[in-house]
Amino acid sequence: MCPLCGERDRREFYYYGAEDFLNRPAADAEPGAWDNYLHLRDNPAGVTKDLWYHEMGCAQWLVVTRNTVTHEIIATELVAERAK
Amino acid sequence: MTYSAFRIVRETLTGNTGWKPAWRDPAPKAEYDAIIIGGGGHGLATAYYLARNHGLTNVAVLEKGYLGSGNIGRNTTIVRANYFLPGNSEFYSHSLKLWEGLESELNYNVMHSQRGLINLFHSDGQRDAFVRRGNAMINQGDDAILLDRDGVREHLPYLDFEQTRFPIYGGLLHPRGGSARHDAVAWGYARGADRRGVDLIQNCEVTGIDIQNGVVRGVQTTRGAIRAKKVGIIVAGRSSQVAAMAGMRLPIESHVLQAFVTEGLKPVINHVISFGMGHFYISQSDKGGLVFGGDLDFYASYAARGNLPMVEHVMEAGMTLMPMIGRAKVLRSWGGIMDMSPDGSPVIDKTHVEGLFLDCGWNYGGFKAVPASGWCMAHLMATGESHEVAGKFRLDRFATGHLLDEEGTGSQHNLH
Repeated sequence: MCPLCGERDRREFYYYGAEDFLNRPAADAEPGAWDNYLHLRDNPAGVTKDLWYHEMGCAQWLVVTRNTVTHEIIATELVAERAK
Repeated sequence: MTYSAFRIVRETLTGNTGWKPAWRDPAPKAEYDAIIIGGGGHGLATAYYLARNHGLTNVAVLEKGYLGSGNIGRNTTIVRANYFLPGNSEFYSHSLKLWEGLESELNYNVMHSQRGLINLFHSDGQRDAFVRRGNAMINQGDDAILLDRDGVREHLPYLDFEQTRFPIYGGLLHPRGGSARHDAVAWGYARGADRRGVDLIQNCEVTGIDIQNGVVRGVQTTRGAIRAKKVGIIVAGRSSQVAAMAGMRLPIESHVLQAFVTEGLKPVINHVISFGMGHFYISQSDKGGLVFGGDLDFYASYAARGNLPMVEHVMEAGMTLMPMIGRAKVLRSWGGIMDMSPDGSPVIDKTHVEGLFLDCGWNYGGFKAVPASGWCMAHLMATGESHEVAGKFRLDRFATGHLLDEEGTGSQHNLH
């Protein structure tokens, strides 16, 4: 479910990873902060937020709230909207 | 009870009344020298080698379901040692050697079959990469034979060599590669550990890890508290949840990998074949079913089932490679939950808590690693030092930059 295009086929979307990728550390941050950003994950069995790209649609990046156990999509929002 | 041909004859003559359960069903004791969390392939192998190699028999394996109820029962049973990077190469080589002696070691038929593995390549560049990989395998002491197109045709005449998208240039044959019976590996190690005195405790879920002043004291379970000076977390598929009980955040994202099996057919595919460009690999089980799979579904999941787009993709890749399988009927499909690490390699290491050890991050290559993972994890838990073939599987390598990125795809969990 894309906020712009509505309900679309799963194959139009590209999965990038956990929402952590939105919290990029400052360039001069400690190495530990970069490890945390690049590698370490909460990896919940249940509700999670992750980044998807509507590659074959509106080309928008989305934050998708969904359940990793049931595959239920709970909410989607545009990364661009969130940044405002 | 030792299994033998004589025993089978005797039981046949006496109406099969003399067979006994392969392992006991003990109640948990209040304290053990060591606890293994997770009664899967890796956990059971670790318990077995703790007893066999290090004389530690006051050991319990705690399993929340039944033994072998996780990924050891949800994989495609491929055994190989065709890794390239130092750190991986010697580890999987060690594992393959253990596989080769496993049945007599365990007195258990794990149906290990070294039928040969062929990785296909489809371009000059890929051929160069496979030449290099083959040389790395030979340098490690394992075997690899480069096949040209006619060489592949001799082994696999039924492939579609003329396909326009990915014409087959050749393949790398790994004769000692093959497959084994997945459940039997878990059962064989379980029985072996039990016979050496290890308590296998099923339906016992760990709900907490007791830590005092940075030292592990034991675990809380659904069957009461159990004390131990050493605890090993070997729960791939649930690593993040169990490690969180010890306050750890792991470099792991869980993904679902699907696999499929057809109805039983007469012998037709004699090798394990991988078609990397199409994300497809296949072998035939001893029962006759074609066992095949492809790539991850690509999104984090704990569902143990996949979705249809990847099913379609795997079927398409199979039809592209070997159109003859088109009339076989798929019987079942399933998904396993993979601990995906950012570099595609596993972790066998100590943690920040004294006495607490971690074995995780097997991506989708955990099955073939079972013997060496158990061997090395047992060595680590017993001696406090990493085994020489597993010394690079460190938990802190992501922070220090010593990654083992076999596929060279970068630090994104789902790309390995």
